[in-house]
Amino acid sequence: MKHPYHLPDPSPWPIIASLGGFLIVFGIILAAHYHSYLMLIAGTLLTLGTAFMWWRDVIKEARTPGAHSAIVRLGLRYGMVLFIGSEVMFFSGFFWAYFNFLLYPETQGNGMLVWPPSNIFTFDPFHLPLLNTMILLLSGCTVTWAHHGLLEGDKKALVNGLGITILLGLCFTGFQAVEYAHAPFKFWGGGVYSSVFFLATGFHGFHVIVGTLFLIVCYFRARANHFTPARHFGFEAAAWYWHFVDVVWLFLFICIYWYGAGNIAAE
Amino acid sequence: MAATTHDNAHGHDDHHDHDHKPGFVARWLFSTNHKDIGTLYLIFAVIGGVVGGALSMIMRAQLQFPNSHIVTSGQEWNTIVTSHGLLMIFFSVMPALIGGFGNWFIPLMIGAPDMAFPRLNNISFWLLPPAFVLICIGLVMGESGSGWTLYPPLSNSTYESGMGMDCTLFALHLAGASSLLGSMNFITTIFNMRAPGMTLHKMPLFIWAELVTAFLLVLSVPVLAGAITMLICDRNFGTAFFDPTGGGDPVLFQHLFWFFGHPEVYIMILPGFGIVSHVISTFSRKPIFGYLGMVYAMVGIGVVGFVVWAHHMYLSGIDIDTRAYFMGATMVIAVPTGIKIFSWIATMWGGSISFETPMLWAVGFLFVFTLGGVTGVVCANAGIDYMIHNTYYVIAHFHYVLSLGAVFSIFCGIYYWFGKMSGRQYPEFWGRVHFWMTFVGVNLTFFPQHFLGLSGMPRRYPDYPNAFAGWNYVSSIGAYISGVAMLVFLYVCYRTLTSKEKVADNPWGEGATTLEWTQTSPPAFHTYLELPRIK
Repeated sequence: MKHPYHLPDPSPWPIIASLGGFLIVFGIILAAHYHSYLMLIAGTLLTLGTAFMWWRDVIKEARTPGAHSAIVRLGLRYGMVLFIGSEVMFFSGFFWAYFNFLLYPETQGNGMLVWPPSNIFTFDPFHLPLLNTMILLLSGCTVTWAHHGLLEGDKKALVNGLGITILLGLCFTGFQAVEYAHAPFKFWGGGVYSSVFFLATGFHGFHVIVGTLFLIVCYFRARANHFTPARHFGFEAAAWYWHFVDVVWLFLFICIYWYGAGNIAAE
Repeated sequence: MAATTHDNAHGHDDHHDHDHKPGFVARWLFSTNHKDIGTLYLIFAVIGGVVGGALSMIMRAQLQFPNSHIVTSGQEWNTIVTSHGLLMIFFSVMPALIGGFGNWFIPLMIGAPDMAFPRLNNISFWLLPPAFVLICIGLVMGESGSGWTLYPPLSNSTYESGMGMDCTLFALHLAGASSLLGSMNFITTIFNMRAPGMTLHKMPLFIWAELVTAFLLVLSVPVLAGAITMLICDRNFGTAFFDPTGGGDPVLFQHLFWFFGHPEVYIMILPGFGIVSHVISTFSRKPIFGYLGMVYAMVGIGVVGFVVWAHHMYLSGIDIDTRAYFMGATMVIAVPTGIKIFSWIATMWGGSISFETPMLWAVGFLFVFTLGGVTGVVCANAGIDYMIHNTYYVIAHFHYVLSLGAVFSIFCGIYYWFGKMSGRQYPEFWGRVHFWMTFVGVNLTFFPQHFLGLSGMPRRYPDYPNAFAGWNYVSSIGAYISGVAMLVFLYVCYRTLTSKEKVADNPWGEGATTLEWTQTSPPAFHTYLELPRIK
């Protein structure tokens, strides 16, 4: 073998994962039209299980000498950057919708062209949302602390930093759940404000959960000494992803919670 | 680049034999081999094209005479129109040009042993069959009559309440995920795995074409994903993004859709540009004229392609300044496109040209794509578009660039590389029959549609006044000819795959200079286990 690339053996996970994807989307359709949830649950479990197995294979290969050569690791970096880039464009769509409504509000039957719509009470941006901003910014610091610990060979700092980052991520998700439960506007039939609010923040919340899972995997890998100061792309990818969800949140906070605040709901 | 490629640390993967092929299930279902995945894509594209083409035969049969009743209702008609468009775009042209030729020839032309992420490559393919099933559910249930553009309110729960429309929307989610993963794989492969010495400015034009295409996909498909997510939520989960009664805005969907949809048309044609460049250069036995100009014309088309989307929306109520901007920006695209057309002609100029089947398709491509490009400039004028928007003129225009342009480039690639991929010689006579029947058939189909459009025949109707009968009859006859030509193509495939005549490593001679011609026909299961060096 006179090349530095990694050619994996045939793998069953891609085709099973695509079956999982099919079951999820068809399950959503069945759930929406017939209130039948079995296929959705089956698809989600299949997809999660496949992700676990696939990821396990990649971690095994990462620990196989010669499989993840320097140039293969560079390729993984390209892949992660492109993936995050596509995620940025996904959120751009929701921000596009938001600014479309903010800059060109439609009448709501009462003839008033205002944003947020006059019947909507919004969250106080300097209440829970500000706390969540602080939590995410702090978690950005702690993940950097963990990274420096990793670079210095300080395993304790790495594990503690990751652990605290994960806890902060879980806090954020919990506070978002509390906020949703107390929302002064409803998702279903609540009009365009609640539509764009819940989809933009909801997809962000979903990405926070994915990022937290990624960090949890890194936490256990760090404890098992998978990372070295020279080779730890799995950790770096998780950190990049975490900073990405952090930045999306800053835009959500500034544009939707703060700039888009209207009549503040009484607590 | 050259230095890093050779830091082959430990050489662990000794289980990869040169000729060792896995068993059937592992080889075709669990594949991590770019050539096998490319083959799967090509077969899938042919199936998608045959189903989509069968729908167009139904449409032309219905429109052959006024007052026909082959299609029994307007809803059925709308569903056929929608499925035809989506099948041809997402399940035929894209799988052939990007998944098929991209997978086969990116590694072969840059001297890489495989794609950067072979398993990701496999999921890119396997997301497509489920998406195809979903599209077919929408078609068979007759509940996806929105047109391929999916505009609300045509696609909302008031006018398309059934689950068939949701199947169609989710099919695009799966197909979009497939394209996204595939394009990330392509970009990484092209940036990271070129043979030592192959700098960006030495890359074959087909590689440049796939690179620009992949960037367009990464940046545009997620916006479509967002838009159809909003639409699905509007339909099923009580949101109001595109529903004015809840403060929403249907035109927002058009913006989001066309921000994807316009780059999408370049996604469909750019790989074709790459193929045609190689074929014209090969059969003129000359290097391509103005290589760098060709490269940056494609990059320019890609960049400008992102800022012209609202020319699809001149009649949606956008204001006149916006229309003026989008009109100007759109016409700017004619400049890099013109650079390409003239460079192809200049490549042929003074060349030692021979007209084997691939060259026939390439020259045919030049003719039909130029014609479609010229009518594109006509459509780009907002004032003129007021008259021809949603008429058959627009149908004629985009079929000239896609159904003729992109499809000609697909056949061009198939004949050019059939021997390389299969190791067997296609029958030259039947290849030429296929070309000439298609060329006559499609021009007979679509050229009269310019006249129909200019005289006011609207698109997406299953019937028309008697005044339009003449050219519709001609158009249908043309469609039948191109339909028979498709059967000829299937016969060519059969003849080639059962042929005993083997193909040499490089059957095209001195004009074919790219790396894939240094490999055997068909190439070994794993190629370039020792990397080539480019001077």
